[in-house]
Amino acid sequence: MSRSFLGDTAALTGRSLTHVLRSPDTIVTTAVTPLALMLLFVYVFGGAIRTGTESYVTYLLPGILLITVASGVAYTAYRLFLDLQGGILERFRSMPIARSSVLWAHVLTSLVANLVSVAVVVLVALLLGFRSGAGVLAWLAVAGVVALFTLALTWLAVVAGLSARTVDGASAFSYPLIFLPFISSAFVPTETMPGPVRWFAEHQPVTSIVDAIRDLLAEQPVGTDVWVALAWCVGILLVAWAAAMSAYRRRVS
Amino acid sequence: MSLPTAPGRETAIRVRAIEKSYPQKDRTDLPVLRGVDLDVARGSIVALLGSNGAGKTTLVRILSTLLAADAGTASVNGFDVATQAADVRESISLTGQFAAVDEILTGRENLVLIARLRHLPDPGRVADDLLARFRLTEAGGRRAGTWSGGMRRRLDIAMSLIGDPSVIVLDEPTTGLDPQARLEVWQTVRTLAEDGTTVLLTTQYLDEADQLADRIAILHEGRVVADGTPAELKALLPPATVEYVERQPSLEDVFLALVGGTTPTTTPTSDPEDDR
Repeated sequence: MSRSFLGDTAALTGRSLTHVLRSPDTIVTTAVTPLALMLLFVYVFGGAIRTGTESYVTYLLPGILLITVASGVAYTAYRLFLDLQGGILERFRSMPIARSSVLWAHVLTSLVANLVSVAVVVLVALLLGFRSGAGVLAWLAVAGVVALFTLALTWLAVVAGLSARTVDGASAFSYPLIFLPFISSAFVPTETMPGPVRWFAEHQPVTSIVDAIRDLLAEQPVGTDVWVALAWCVGILLVAWAAAMSAYRRRVS
Repeated sequence: MSLPTAPGRETAIRVRAIEKSYPQKDRTDLPVLRGVDLDVARGSIVALLGSNGAGKTTLVRILSTLLAADAGTASVNGFDVATQAADVRESISLTGQFAAVDEILTGRENLVLIARLRHLPDPGRVADDLLARFRLTEAGGRRAGTWSGGMRRRLDIAMSLIGDPSVIVLDEPTTGLDPQARLEVWQTVRTLAEDGTTVLLTTQYLDEADQLADRIAILHEGRVVADGTPAELKALLPPATVEYVERQPSLEDVFLALVGGTTPTTTPTSDPEDDR
């Protein structure tokens, strides 16, 4: 398997990265919504929010990064759906290639495209006054958490792309994902929320991931947050991957 | 590139008692293939003729390992489609009903991609050779999405030829094409057969089967109801019906004469720019 799996995946990843490069608007559109939210929260709402930190943009950035990824993975569902519709997936499957390489190519493309969008958002945040004294290792850890989160959500996007009946349906799954950070510690500390909402906010994946990234960037000890965050990412990744594989088998036979 | 071989393969495609049903909403099964038998001799062109919904596409999807049959056996180059799917995929190439080209990639990039997926040593040269052979060199650097239907169809067929598969399956290769583009596809199919490739094509057009095929199998209500050379099949029908079949190309003659194309009785030599 391995040699042809790697070669086939590389060839197909090259194909879908070309798609991204030829429609750079996918990277721009991915970054626009989170950037607008960042501007809105920093310059409109931010002044009224008490986070206990000096700079609100620094407090806000981790959540914005997750929103960037959540809106970016919708394109994976969209591209996969178009492949299914157009018949090109059928062509690939009738050829002697490693079968799962078709899906892995879309997943790796999503990883690259989302990390570029995330980098764009970080650069804009620096212009807005975001500062971090974090060292190389801490930044690498942040990149690792974001990459793992991207992989987890991308496999969810694969499930959506394979199960959708219409183009709109293929990307609709991402709206709840984009909304989830609002009921978390991403924008405001959870302490001000009423009981049940606070309980939900503190026990959903976004809060632990946001807190872990925030602590890494603030050079704070990450404590158990980072392990809870990793457990969530790996858990979602495995469940979504299994669901995607089963959806793939169901859809294509 | 050496193709996998199996002993005793005078018959390129062998289909025996294939059955396939699709589940419906009311939980009953809709039988599409009810015991299909078919043989395709090596190096021949066989047309599978049938109306819409006759089960042609279902049969070619089973032959190209995209779909599993409910009962019966089928083999390609002596390889069983159910148990030796990987060998079948090395032997056969499917050109589906809708041109399965990547519209965002250029024509050349499409060919290079398939050559890489077929693990050929020099994908760039393979692509350039095929562009030249299909008279697409000039358009090769433009995105396939900007090409005409006929050009896209030729690219689609070119992509199917990469790696020299010994069996090519074309599912309704000319549906939706204008008459000139149709003639170009016909010429391509003839050239393939001259080079020794086995071709199974499905069509709903009588004249297409008549023009191209060494043998015609008529698929009706899930069974092959007739199988023979065009002459043998015509002998089954009263002469009056044959006359009706012959009138259709003449209407095409008129159309082609009016728009300045070539006629079906001569070898098309039209320039690739013609069909845009």
